[in-house]
This record gives sequence, C-alpha cells and structure tokens, in this order.
Amino acid sequence: MPDAKTASGAGAALSDADWAAAIVAMDPAVVGGVVIRARHGEDADSWLRLLRGLLSPGTPVRRVPGHITDDRLLGGLDLAATLAAGRPMVASGLLAEADGGLLVLPLAERVAAATAAHLAAARDLGEVLIERDGFTCRARARFGVIALNEGRDDEQPPANLTDRLAIHIDLAASPPTADAGALSTLVDRARSTGADVTISTEITEAICGAAVSLGIGSLTASVFAVRVARIAAALAGRTAVAEDDVILAARLVLGPRATTIPASPEQPEEQSAPDASDGQSADDETTGELKDVAVEAARASLPPGLLAQLTACANRSNATGAGRSKQPHTASRRGRSVGVKRGPPSGGARLNLIETLRAAAPWQRMRRQNDRPGRVEVRADDFRVRRLKQQVAATTIFLVDASGSSALHRLGEAKGAVELLLADCYVRRDQVAMIAFSGRGAEVLLPPTRSLARARRSLADLPGGGGTPLAAGIDATALMVEAVKRKGQAPGVVILTDGKANLTRAGTGGRSVAEEEALTAARAMRLLNAKAIVIDTSPQPQPQAARVADALGARYLPLPRADAETLCLAVKAQQDRRGA
Amino acid sequence: MRALYPFTAIIGQDEMRLALLIAAVDPTIGGVLVFGDRGTGKSTAVRGLASLLPPMRAVCGCKYHCDPGANGSGCDDCQERGREGPLPSELVAVPVVDLPLGATEDRIVGALDLERALTRGEKAFQTGLLARAHRGFLYIDEVNLLEDHLVDLLLDVAASGENVVEREGLSVRHPARFVLVGSGNPEEGELRPQLLDRFGLSVEVRTPQDIATRVEIVQRRDAFERAPAAFAAAWQGEDEAVRAQIEAARRLLRSVDVPTSIMEQMARLCSGLGTDGLRGELTLMRAARATAALDGATTVTAEHVRGVTPLALRHRLRRNPLEEAGSTARIDRAVVEAFGA
Repeated sequence: MPDAKTASGAGAALSDADWAAAIVAMDPAVVGGVVIRARHGEDADSWLRLLRGLLSPGTPVRRVPGHITDDRLLGGLDLAATLAAGRPMVASGLLAEADGGLLVLPLAERVAAATAAHLAAARDLGEVLIERDGFTCRARARFGVIALNEGRDDEQPPANLTDRLAIHIDLAASPPTADAGALSTLVDRARSTGADVTISTEITEAICGAAVSLGIGSLTASVFAVRVARIAAALAGRTAVAEDDVILAARLVLGPRATTIPASPEQPEEQSAPDASDGQSADDETTGELKDVAVEAARASLPPGLLAQLTACANRSNATGAGRSKQPHTASRRGRSVGVKRGPPSGGARLNLIETLRAAAPWQRMRRQNDRPGRVEVRADDFRVRRLKQQVAATTIFLVDASGSSALHRLGEAKGAVELLLADCYVRRDQVAMIAFSGRGAEVLLPPTRSLARARRSLADLPGGGGTPLAAGIDATALMVEAVKRKGQAPGVVILTDGKANLTRAGTGGRSVAEEEALTAARAMRLLNAKAIVIDTSPQPQPQAARVADALGARYLPLPRADAETLCLAVKAQQDRRGA
Repeated sequence: MRALYPFTAIIGQDEMRLALLIAAVDPTIGGVLVFGDRGTGKSTAVRGLASLLPPMRAVCGCKYHCDPGANGSGCDDCQERGREGPLPSELVAVPVVDLPLGATEDRIVGALDLERALTRGEKAFQTGLLARAHRGFLYIDEVNLLEDHLVDLLLDVAASGENVVEREGLSVRHPARFVLVGSGNPEEGELRPQLLDRFGLSVEVRTPQDIATRVEIVQRRDAFERAPAAFAAAWQGEDEAVRAQIEAARRLLRSVDVPTSIMEQMARLCSGLGTDGLRGELTLMRAARATAALDGATTVTAEHVRGVTPLALRHRLRRNPLEEAGSTARIDRAVVEAFGA
C-alpha cells in the first residue's frame, strides 16, 4: 500500500480514505465533497461512520434517496400546512436543510439527471433558488456531497456532479485504517488553531502543471487540489503547504481525473516542462521537480484497471463518462410532465396540487359561507392531474463496416449517410452510439451519447482496413442493444456493410465459415427484437448483405440505389414505426 | 449577500467578455449563447457583469420597473398614469434574473396569485420571472438541459419583447424586454439547431491551456475563496472603469456611423458564408457598432467588424458535421476574403 507512508506530521499512518474523511470534516462545503467508489455497502457505511465522528457536533447530514422528488429536494408547497392555513405554505427542501453540512447520495451512478443538476447548481451558487409551483424562494445551501458510487465499472455518476466534488477515492484500494480517535484529535487540533495556511506560487504552478500532464482539462480540478492541499497542511499542523500536502492532493484530486498516462519520469524533464518561457530558470527546476512528484503521486493512485483502459484507448477516455444516459431512463419510466388536465387522481395519475388549488381558488368565498374560515374548500371538480408524456428515448446504434473491402468502395459514402442520420438523431434528441468493425475486430467507438460533437469526432477517427469480422460486429451490437433495453430505451440498429464477412470470431480467415457465423449472430440478435436496417454498401447489390438482413429480420437497403436523402427517409420511417 | 467574483478579475475569455459587454451596451442584440467547457467562468462572468452595470431609472411602484422616459413602451398601467404627467421614478439595480433548473412555466410567465385567490378570493396576477427580468438580463445556466417548450417560450418573448399570459381566467400582457444569456456544455447535449440562430451572439469558451494562465486563474480563485470581500474590493477600481466604459458607449451608440463601404463588406461576408436571412447581417452591424462605441469611436471600421464576426455569425452557418475545423475556421477564411489578411 503506497499511501501508508505518506502520513505526515501526525505520526499516524493514514490512508487516503482517512485523509478524505478528515479533509471533508474540516469544511464540508469548501471541497465540494467526495466521490466514493465502494463495491460493498458496508465499506461505505464504515467510512461514513468515521466521517460522522469527525464532523463538528450538530453538523447536518442528510441522505438523498434516489427517487427524491424536486419539491422535497428544493423545497415546495407543504400540503398539510397549506390546507390548514388556507394559504400557500412552503416547506424547505433537503438542499437547504443540509446547509453547513453534508448530503449523502447513495447509488450515485443511478441518480436522476435532474437531481444531479440541482445539486450542481446549488453547489455553484451556495444557495438554492426555487421558481416553481407559484412561489419564489432563496435559501442558503452551502453543503458538501458524498456521492457513493456502487455501480459496476460501466456505470458512472453524472459528470456534471462528480466534476464539482474534489476528492475521488476507491475504498477497495484504500480502506480506512486509522482509529477514529487519533484522526479526531488531528481534526480538533487543526480546527482549534484555525491558522491561515499559505501556498506559494511554485506549489500552485506544480499543481497546475501536474494537472496538464495528466490530461485534465478542467481548471476546477486544480482549484480543488489547491484547497485540499491547504486543508491537508492545516491538518498536519503546518502554516504553509508542503510537498507532502501536494502529493496527497495529487492522489485524492488529480489522479482519479487523469485522462492520459503522463510520460514516465525517466524521460528528460525538459520535455514535460512547457513553462520554460517565463524566464525563471532557478524556480523552474524546483517547480518541475515538484510537478513530477505530484504526477508520480497521481499515477500511483490510478487503479490498475484504469491504466489498462487508458493504454488501450487513450483517445476515447477523455470523454466525460456516461452519467447522462440515465436521464431518458427516468423519463421513460415516469413520463415527462407536459401540463395538467382535469380529473381525479386515480389510476396512477398524480395530483398537481398547485393547479388544483388554482382551480379551487375562485370559488372559495362562495363555498366558505357555512364553514369556518381558513380552510380551503376543494371539490372533486377542481382536481387537476399531471399529464405525462410517455416518451421512450430512442438510441440508434450504428454498426459501420470499416474493413478493407468497404473502405475501398464506399466508406466515404457510408460516412456521409451516417452523418445525415446523425443530424436527424440530433434534431430528434435521440441518442446515438457507434460500433465499427475492421481487421482489428469490433470496437465500440462511441457509447450511447446525445453529443453530436463526440459522434462527429468518432466518425472522423473511424479506422479502416483489414478483414471483415461481421459476426464480431453483430455480437457487439447485440450486447449494446441489450444494454439499451435494460435502460428502458428503444434501440434501433443501422448496419452499413457489404456483408462480405471473411474473418471469424476467432480471428481466422475463411469466407464461408465467417459468413455462416455472421448469419448465426444475426439470427441471435433477431431474438432481441430490435428494429434494424441493413444498408448494403457494395458497389452492386449483393446477396450476402441481403441474407444478413433477412436473418436479422431487418429491412434491406442497397446504397447504390439509395442516395443519402432516401436513406435518411428510410431510417426515419423505421423509427416512427417503432415509436407507434 | 455573498460577494461576487469581479467581472474584471476574469482572465482570458476575451470573446465572452466582449459579447457580454456588447449586450450591455445594446440590449437589442438578441441574447448571448455561451457554450464550452465546464469551469471556464461562464456563470461567473454573467453574474459579475450584472453587479457592475450602472443602475437604471424606473417608475416607482411599477411591477415591471418600466422606464419613466419610455413613451408607449411601458406597461398598461404606466402608460395610463403617464398621460397625466411625469411619473415618479427611482434608481434601481439592473435586474439579473437566474432561471433555475426545474423552474415551472407558471413561475416564468406569471400566474394567478394563489395566496390572494385563496385568502381573499381575488383574481390577481402574480408576475413571473419574465416580468422581473424586464430591462435586464435573464440568465439560464445549462440552457441545453432546459425543457424544449420552455426554451421556445423564452425565445418567443425575447424576440417580441412582450409577455402574453392567458391562463386561469387571466388575460395579461406586459413588456418583457431582456437580454437572454444562455450557457451550457456541449458534452451534455447540444442545443437544437433551430434555436441556435435565434441567439444574437454565440461564444465558444475553452479552458486555457498554457500553464502560466492556468496558475494565475487558480491563484485568483483561491484568493477569492479565502477572502471574497477583500478580493472584490481590490478589483473595484477596474470594475468602475468598465462601468464607465459601458455608460459612455451607451451614450455614444446612437451617433456611431456605419460607412457604406463597411456595409457592403459585411454583406459580402455574409453572402460568402452563406448565412440565411438578414438576421446575421443585422446582428453583425449592431455588434460592430456597439464595439465601436465601447472603443469610443464614432465610425465603425473593418477592425470592429473583424472582431465581432465570429460572435455574430458562428452559429448561423449551415452545419457540416464532417468538417472538424468547425465554423470558426470557416469564418476566419471568409473574413480574410472580405477584408484582406
């Protein structure tokens, strides 16, 4: 365990998890919070217990359940109080209640996009701003967020939230070790002295330089690293940030955000020091060294899986995670509120209280005549329920044949067709995903996303050449279709190929075996019941692609006869049929 | 009240700052869209600008803080009362209204005042965010995450300058002229293309890549976090200077002249880029004029046009998803063609 020996000043061996708890406990709001990767709920619970023990007495800690509604989170109309008082009464929400303390977000990888966005907005402003249900409200809400990420590797909490939480730790790699008593002494001492910790320009430069070397674009990470280093110094009883604090900050803040593997320190240092232009040669050296120390520390905190992943596809992982994909999931299950209609709240319909009260309001004087004042008289006539639009989010998966034979003939045209379809998906706010297969096998170029920018990039980078492992491509698509379905979305598949499979799943040649495998894969995928289109990209329509389409139960469309416009219409028609 | 990060303490992001200053000088520019990386100070800039704007004169007691000098453009009430003589007025801060995520339509346009309806049985109009934003700014962070029908609604009102409410038996119309500022991160989903060109100016923000700038930004943010009030006070002088610049530019704006030769060049530029409609040219002209006014110049020069062309036209180009270079590079080429290198 590399982190045990860096515990400084205090004399105790502290793990990253211990440090994280102590740093957050010092000031929950200032570092934004912690993202905790925990395979088991118990690990997270014991860390939370440790943290709670360190907080100043009376610090609020609130749990945010995944199904929380906006009115509980932000504050909203208090039904009982409103009816009793006869005028709208507002109840404060969790965000305001957590002011000065912590919000704990279990299952953060599944949090609704709206909830994450509200947390992010309140974190930015330090207050919660409400404009809903007929009232305006502003309440102080400075809090830290503890996001528990208990998901599998492919599930990530929304990036717009994790970006705003300074510390990212993995409890499996670094479980809490210190006894709570020692840690609490440390925190109490730092709290009582309350000394201001200074940070030198060289150290700030080292942190910024390390962030750049690690491929961290956002400056928020550097700002957080500075804050964490400062608090760490205070905890260690120092009045100025020292190297140990930078190392710790690099491990807690920068390492987990790294998107590139930094050049290893054996290489000449000049290469990785682009700040030589400032003409401060003497300082440069120390800054450069410290930066390398920070980078090295950050490297150490990279989990081994991440390293492998980064090495395999460095160009892909600088994207911001897949958190956003959860939004349509929720939307499809509950539907989006698109207005109200008159009617009783039965059959699962949810009462829209504010509109009901508005409907009842004009009649109050008349209805109240024989009753005591102060009570709102609501009749069945007044009931208004939410009208929900059941919009099933669609994800269109493109499977693009980038093999040599395709590349020769029609890859350019296929790309053009995909682009037109992309533009269309973009207007419809569908998600798109892209898988390509070529001599190197099948590769997911783009997991489902709504960002045209990313889709465009991945298309431009589309590798080409080699054999045609069609079966592998179809298998990869089928996997993604299943994943999309699990999220409650409707998958659609567009396959662009000439159907001339010549690479088997095992990676060996052999046209007939490969084609047979492709057909088997297609038949298997047909069972998933996803709408599909096969676009034949060969110069003349060939029976192979048609056979694949047939096995898939897909529509067959030869590209030679279909100009881009026709293609687009065909795909649209398919999507509309699915929607019906 | 928390101290705000001063507008002038923002490092780099010249394009964003220019766009916001143009909108402050000429609110008819039609709104500003700021798209780009997280943590580049998008919302900081908008809030910072708001706090340095010079206060405005408004009719006392008017729900819409109408301009006492505005003939015929005030709310019904002010027009009615205004016939009998000048209205009493006061200086108020320029409103900058945040449209929080999850805002409902009734709070945006205004609705029946529930409290008065329930307790007194009166039918009264409770004004919404649009009324509050009149003559000021309406800021939407993460505009790309806002429900489509709300974005449509906001753009409609921003374009017409009037909010028409027909709901719950209420029939209200009131002026709502504001600068719509939207910001967002394209990685989280883009804005629908049909909405893009309804914003006057469009800014792309990137995180600065050079270390010295990054260090400077981190240090300033750190200094601000530790002592917000002292930090804001240290920048007050700079902020005052910008405020004076805006005030001077507003006075000058009407008298800024656009020579015919420049008009022709702008027309060539727009047709060269193939921007649809006249909106692009109009915005380009207004932005160039506001920039000239900010410069203290009374004549628009090619330099002024050059500086604002990406802002005014970037989002009006036909999209070509394949061209990775993007619209900025195309604009640069067209500018060189129209004005020479």
